[in-house]
Amino acid sequence: MDFGLSEDQIMLDETLRSFLADQVSIERIRSLREESCPNHRDIWKELAELGATGILVPEEHGGSELSLLDAAVVAWTLGHAVTPSPFLGSSILATVALRDLSHKAIPGWLGGIASGETVFGVAATELFSKREEAGIRIEGGTLHGKAMMALDACNADFILVGVDPQTLAVVRRDADGVEVERLRTTDATRCTSEIILKDTAPEAVFENVGPTVQRMLEAGRITLAAETLGACEAMIEQAVAYAKERKQFNRVIGSFQAVKHMCSEMIADLEPARSLLWYAAHSFNAIPDETPLMSCHALAHASEIGREIASVATQVHGGIGWTDDQNLHFWFKRIGVARHLLGGPEFLRDRAAELQGLAKAS
Amino acid sequence: MDLEYGQEYEAFRQEVRSFLDNNKLKVKGRAPSELTRQQYNDWLELQIEHGYWARTIPKQYGGYGAEPDLMHTVIMDEEFNRAGVMRGSPSQGPSMLVPTLLEHGTEEQKQRWIGPTMRGEVRWCQGYSEPGSGSDLASLQTSAREDGDDFLINGQKIWTSTADRSDMIFVLVRTEPEAPKHSGISYILLDMKTEGLEVQPLRTMSGDIGENSFNQVFFKDVRVPQSSVVGHRGEGWKIANTTLKHERNSLSSNAEGTLFRLMRLMEKETINGVSAMANPVYRDRLMKLQARVLAMKHHAMRLLTCSLKQENPGVAGLVTKLQNCQLGFDMASLAIDVMGELGALYDHTKYERDKGFWQAHSFFSLGLIIGGGTAQIQKNIISERGLGLPREPKPAKA
Ligand SMILES: Cc1cc2nc3c(=O)[nH]c(=O)nc-3n(C[C@H](O)[C@H](O)[C@H](O)COP(=O)(O)OP(=O)(O)OC[C@H]3O[C@@H](n4cnc5c(N)ncnc54)[C@H](O)[C@@H]3O)c2cc1C
Repeated sequence: MDFGLSEDQIMLDETLRSFLADQVSIERIRSLREESCPNHRDIWKELAELGATGILVPEEHGGSELSLLDAAVVAWTLGHAVTPSPFLGSSILATVALRDLSHKAIPGWLGGIASGETVFGVAATELFSKREEAGIRIEGGTLHGKAMMALDACNADFILVGVDPQTLAVVRRDADGVEVERLRTTDATRCTSEIILKDTAPEAVFENVGPTVQRMLEAGRITLAAETLGACEAMIEQAVAYAKERKQFNRVIGSFQAVKHMCSEMIADLEPARSLLWYAAHSFNAIPDETPLMSCHALAHASEIGREIASVATQVHGGIGWTDDQNLHFWFKRIGVARHLLGGPEFLRDRAAELQGLAKAS
Repeated sequence: MDLEYGQEYEAFRQEVRSFLDNNKLKVKGRAPSELTRQQYNDWLELQIEHGYWARTIPKQYGGYGAEPDLMHTVIMDEEFNRAGVMRGSPSQGPSMLVPTLLEHGTEEQKQRWIGPTMRGEVRWCQGYSEPGSGSDLASLQTSAREDGDDFLINGQKIWTSTADRSDMIFVLVRTEPEAPKHSGISYILLDMKTEGLEVQPLRTMSGDIGENSFNQVFFKDVRVPQSSVVGHRGEGWKIANTTLKHERNSLSSNAEGTLFRLMRLMEKETINGVSAMANPVYRDRLMKLQARVLAMKHHAMRLLTCSLKQENPGVAGLVTKLQNCQLGFDMASLAIDVMGELGALYDHTKYERDKGFWQAHSFFSLGLIIGGGTAQIQKNIISERGLGLPREPKPAKA
């Protein structure tokens, strides 16, 4: 019995943290928010050099073929540093799906993800939530329709499209009839977009792949939970540091019990959520039967405590927490927007109950 | 308890309703910032003319001059909220300065400022907080040194909402440097165009959207006549506390209007073809919020009654700000949740609902939880002043 990160995972975490602190500082991220898409290819390349982008890619295609727990360590760190990157779309959702499927182009695609040459966007929202008449259909061999809140698609080379819970397709970003329009959210560090497909010829279509679609969503949810919790950790660290430094009434505010309790409640929420996340991520490779349920709870729970931590950590800062200059809002918004991707907490809990066969109130 | 709506009140309600039917198109669904200044001021003036704004302010100061009456206030609020129209103006002049002047101002100050402020002709900002003095406001350092009949003000204010678009500032300064910290402060009215006064805007977390702007205000030898003091010199702390009391009661008192807006959103919004209102989980959350809104609405009636009878509501009067601000944040949170993926949208992007109102409202409500005395300071006040718990011991002098 050994419940915790391995030495290698701890090292991975440390390497990535120090790289991001040096190379993808918050100043650099601030400058990216003016761009049409925050997923800068340079950052993606640099992450590839560290072996992060191909973390789940099979070794034969140039990846490191590690576990989802390793990927969760990376995602945590990316959330902690609010790094903009297509990690969720390319390294998790697309990779988990593609490595399960067979097609002659897949080795090249996966190899490209591992080397940082290739970026995949993913249109997955309509697999579980449809609004505004969204949805993609295949008619006469080509793709039609629209997808909303697709991930990492603006700057991508390919887009993995969730057609329905049994069917996936891949299209080139620059193929005929593909329109991608950024949908701006409060979070300037994440790429979300609307995709409109008009008679688009796919590179590949995969039918009857329900289990793959589910695995892909599970991995995505666990990864998103890791990102959210990483961002929470960073907000708590900033709040605690500020509480040790800021003085009011001739004392550091951290000496007020009220402020101590705000900080301790945040960390008391975070640490068990981290343990749940580790278990959920571990289950993906080791106990896959448990992953559907664990992935729902891990993300729903992260989203709920995330909302609270984001608010409280801001409150610890007082007025300065509300300014743009303080930068705290980058984390606040990363957490706030992640809540709405790959299923909100109410949806995920409903699904969690359903997975256990718990009766629905009628 | 007497809540009979006699005939007179029914008639009043009809009158408010037909006023709104006839006039609401001028402003409905539009934030004050979307109207021109003239349109907005005309709208305020029209409301004063009918007694729906500045209702109990004496006529000689530009108000409507009615006797205070709880049921009239309730009816006006209900009808305006139902129509989705903001009653009066939420800005700091009417909500904070005017009640302060009514209580502490000289006859000349009342004559000069109350009418134009209620009509929106003069816009005010509140210059209290400083970089080193937020929760510990009484430690403020901005100084006003006597110079003949004037004061010369030096120092800096921060987090000053709307300073960049205000005509005047009511500002707390230290006039008696030798006095203990609470008794050396004066409350001064000052023109924002005075030489030596400089405003620097600060971007907020909500970016460029939202009504609130945030600023720093710098004072360098800013000259102001001593007659600009409200109340007596050195009494600014006491006077500021009456202002803060008004601020804390006014913050977020529009909860019912926000709730109606939330309900309309939930009726329209669909996920997988099902309306958000039909989702039992969302509906339950809405009903919990409605209970809180109703509690705060009736709580306001109770507090208003106390103030009309000049009774002290005790601890019940101290909890309003804490409750209302969190309630505002929680309503925005539900709205954002029912919109699902689209709840995250911002910056006037395609598919954004209500022009980004809910995200902006979420940021703004979080700001209100902090502004005007943080939630933690409110809890200290409730427990110490309201419940008589002992104050925190002072730290030993280093
Ligand atoms: C949206 C907004 C609008 C504002 N508008 C104005 C305005 O127009 N004019 C103006 O003058 N000011 C304005 N303010 C400033 C506001 O009043 C201050 O931010 C607030 O009083 C807190 O002060 P601070 O920012 O210095 O935080 P600090 O006082 O430094 O507080 C930091 C943290 O310490 C906690 N803390 C401090 N002392 C104690 C204690 N004794 N016990 C327990 N906890 C404590 C606080 O609760 C907070 O969590 C505004 C602020 C906001 C956010």
